[in-house]
Amino acid sequence: MAAGFDPSGRIPDFFTTPATSSFTQFLSVAAPEMLPGRRPLPPGYSAELASAHATTVVTIVADGGVVMAGDRRATAGNLIASRDIEKVHPADPYSLVGMAGTAGVGIELIRLFQVELEHYEKIEGVMLSLEGKANRLATMIRNNLGAALQGLAVVPIFGGFDLGASDPAKAGRIWSFDIAGGIYEETGYDGIGSGSLFAKAALKKRYRPGLSVDDAITLGIEALYDAADDDTATGGPDLTRKIYPVVMTATAEGTRRLTDEETATIAESVVARRMENIGG
Amino acid sequence: MAMQFYASPEQIMRDRSEYARKGIARGRSAVALTYEGGVLFVAENLTSLRKVSEIYDRIGFAAVGRYNEFENLRRAGVRMADLNGYSYDRRDVTGRAIANAYAHALGAIFTEQMKAYEVEICVAEVGATPDSDELYRITYDGSVQDEPGSMAMGGQSEAISTVLKEAHSSDMSLADAVKLAVKALGSVGGEGGAARTIGADHLEVAVLDRRRKGRTFRRVTGAALTALLEPGSTATEPASDEESAAPAPPEDKPSSSAGSADLEGDAKD
Repeated sequence: MAAGFDPSGRIPDFFTTPATSSFTQFLSVAAPEMLPGRRPLPPGYSAELASAHATTVVTIVADGGVVMAGDRRATAGNLIASRDIEKVHPADPYSLVGMAGTAGVGIELIRLFQVELEHYEKIEGVMLSLEGKANRLATMIRNNLGAALQGLAVVPIFGGFDLGASDPAKAGRIWSFDIAGGIYEETGYDGIGSGSLFAKAALKKRYRPGLSVDDAITLGIEALYDAADDDTATGGPDLTRKIYPVVMTATAEGTRRLTDEETATIAESVVARRMENIGG
Repeated sequence: MAMQFYASPEQIMRDRSEYARKGIARGRSAVALTYEGGVLFVAENLTSLRKVSEIYDRIGFAAVGRYNEFENLRRAGVRMADLNGYSYDRRDVTGRAIANAYAHALGAIFTEQMKAYEVEICVAEVGATPDSDELYRITYDGSVQDEPGSMAMGGQSEAISTVLKEAHSSDMSLADAVKLAVKALGSVGGEGGAARTIGADHLEVAVLDRRRKGRTFRRVTGAALTALLEPGSTATEPASDEESAAPAPPEDKPSSSAGSADLEGDAKD
C-alpha cells in the first residue's frame, strides 16, 4: 500500500483530497514517476536503437458503430520485434483505442487511459462523454511531447459508440491525434502508423458512408492487407502461424473483439480473393 | 481568566465514541449479505446520493453515517485500488487491503482529531463460492470485524441484524435475498414498533455478481428491482438489459492491457 511508513497509519492526504476525478492527475501527486513524460531522458535523439515500433491501425465508421483493426507486427530497425503484438484495445465498455509508434510508450499510454476512464466512472458514478474521453487522451499525448521529440513518439487513434447521440445510426465517431496533442475528429475512416498511407489509399477507394459493421470489418482487413503489401513494417495475415489482425467493434451492445476463428475466416477469404486479383 | 479542566483520556474516548455512535444511529440503515450468486447490498435511501458503490472488480463498498465523511473515504478507496491495480495487476487488489487501509485511517482520525468520523463502512469482496465471500465491518474507531454471511449497519442495526441472521443462508436466490434484506430493514422504525413496507423507490440495491468476469458490480434499479420485490419472484440474476452484453469467460487477458477482464475477453460465440 502506498501509505508508506507513516507510523500514525493515516492515509496520506493526496488520497483523501477531494479535488480531482482524474487518475492521471492523482498519479502526478501520488506517484509522478509512474507517468510517461515525467522521466528524464538523456539528451539527443537516441530512441531508434532500443525500442520496438508498432505499426498500422485503421478505424472505420460503420452504420451504428465503429470498427478498429490493427496488424500484429512490431519492428526494431530492420528486424521484426514481435509477430503478435496487440495494438487495438477496448478503452472502456463503449470505446476503442489503438496506437502506433514506440510500442513501450504506447502500451503504457493505453493502460493509463483505460484506468483513467474506469477511475472517472467509479469516482463520479457516470461515464465520461465520448468527446470527454477523446480530449482526455489528447491531454495525455500532449504530456509526452518532450519524449516524442526525442524519438519516443506515439500516436493513438480513438473511436467509440456515442451514447449521447440522437441518431443511433450516426453514433459511431472517430478521432485522430498528432504528437503535439492535436485532436481531429474524422469522418468515415482514418489510419495511423507506417502503413497507414497505403491503408488509407485503399479505404479512400472502397469506403462508402452507411457501411454495415460486417462490411467495415472486411474492408479494414483488406486495407491492412494493402498496407502489408507495400510497407515492410506492417504484417499481413500470417496463415502459417495462424496470427491474424486484431479486429474490434464498438456498437450499442458495447465493445467486442472478434474471435480468432472469425478473423481467420475473413482474412483467409481476403487472401483467396487476392490470389485471383492482386490489386483487390 | 479561563479555567483549565482536567479530562481523563478514558473520558475523552468515551465521549467521542458516544458522539459517533449517536450520529450513526440517527441515519437510515444498510445491509450486506451473501447469496448464491454473489454479494447483495441493500440500503434504505431517499436521496440520489449513493451509499453503495464500486471499488474494484470484485470489491464493493457500503456506508452509513455522514455523507461527506464516507464519500471522502470511498474516493480514497477507489484511488488506492486503482493505483495498486495499475502498479501491479488487477488480481492484486484485495478487499482485505482496502479494509485495512480504512481501519488505519479511521483509527488515526478517532485518536488524533477532535471529532470522530460518524461513519460505519462495509467492504465486501465476492469470491468464487459463497464460502469465500468476505464481508468486513469497519467502525468509527478503526476496529475491523470479519462478518461471515450478513451484516447490518446504521439505525437500529442490532434489531435488523437479528432478523437477517435468523433467515439468512448463503444458498438463497437473489429474489429471496432482496426480500429478506427489505424485510429486515423494514422490521424497525414503524409506528409503535410495527414493521414497515419500504417501496422500491426508497431502496438502493446493488450486487457483486459472482458469475461475471472483470467488473462484477451492478446496480439493480427500476423494473428489475420491482420484479425482484414481487412476492413469488424467483429470479436469480438481475434482469437488466446489460445481461445480454455479458462477456464470455475470457481466455488469457493480454498482459499489455490494464482493462478489466470483461473488456478484454474474446466475445462470446
